[in-house]
Amino acid sequence: MLLLECPYCGPRAEIEFRYGGESHIRRPGPHAEVSDAQWADYLYNRKNLKGEHRERWLHAAGCRRWFNVARNTVTHQVLAVYKMTEPCPLPDDTGAPVGDPSMTPGTAMGGAA
Amino acid sequence: MFDPDVTSPLDDGSPAITPVGPVSRAIIRCRASDIDLVSNRIDIALPRAACRSVQDSGLSALWLGPDEWLILNATPADSWVSELSARLDGALCSLVDVSHRQVALSVHGPRAEDILATGCALDHSIAAFPVGMCTRTMFAKAEIVLWRTGAANFHLEVWRSFARYVEALLREAESER
Ligand SMILES: [Zn+2]
Repeated sequence: MLLLECPYCGPRAEIEFRYGGESHIRRPGPHAEVSDAQWADYLYNRKNLKGEHRERWLHAAGCRRWFNVARNTVTHQVLAVYKMTEPCPLPDDTGAPVGDPSMTPGTAMGGAA
Repeated sequence: MFDPDVTSPLDDGSPAITPVGPVSRAIIRCRASDIDLVSNRIDIALPRAACRSVQDSGLSALWLGPDEWLILNATPADSWVSELSARLDGALCSLVDVSHRQVALSVHGPRAEDILATGCALDHSIAAFPVGMCTRTMFAKAEIVLWRTGAANFHLEVWRSFARYVEALLREAESER
């Protein structure tokens, strides 16, 4: 079981969280200028990384905030935890902050971690 | 109406676990910039610190998230939330009466921490979970709000339909020596 450190509540057991899939995915726009290929990429294509991953988690049975976790998908080591509005604090990270947390989904997407 | 015969689905008390009588409950949500205004209107300072509570003349405000609080009124009244609503007129916030959504159990005594630890992964020691701390968390497979009201006193809020499940697990833990 993972022990994740919610940026608001501190370390909590995995049972309190929902996995939200890969993070730092921006919705392409304006919509009229988005090609089918771009839209399909936005909706369906994910890195599915074996290694250091940037992913969203929801503290569903806690403060109900979305936040980001940098986690190694092989070792499960958590490398960083940061809020939706923050860039990944790891050095040499290229992921941009997702933006306004109110624009992130209200419900969990994707399957289990 | 608060009819005591139907208010709680819980059994009578055991030494360490007793149902808490009727309580009026409300959920308030607002942005950080509106906390002062809302606090003034409802006469209790909503805590900004994570997982902390404030008690003031019969009212308790429990932090559930940075924009969400559970307000408990120890003197239940059906009119209370509509009175709050009138006082909050014009303030940008959400107010929901959840008085009957959930019920409360008191878990108390020298074994309270151990009993809770059977179903909840948090560290319940007084150092890690001091008096006044509150949080939404899980007990076994049910979502609960756990609030430490004293060194050996916990107030546990659970949705009505999960109450007997949580109660049974707590009583089982209590029965083990
Ligand atoms: Zn949290």
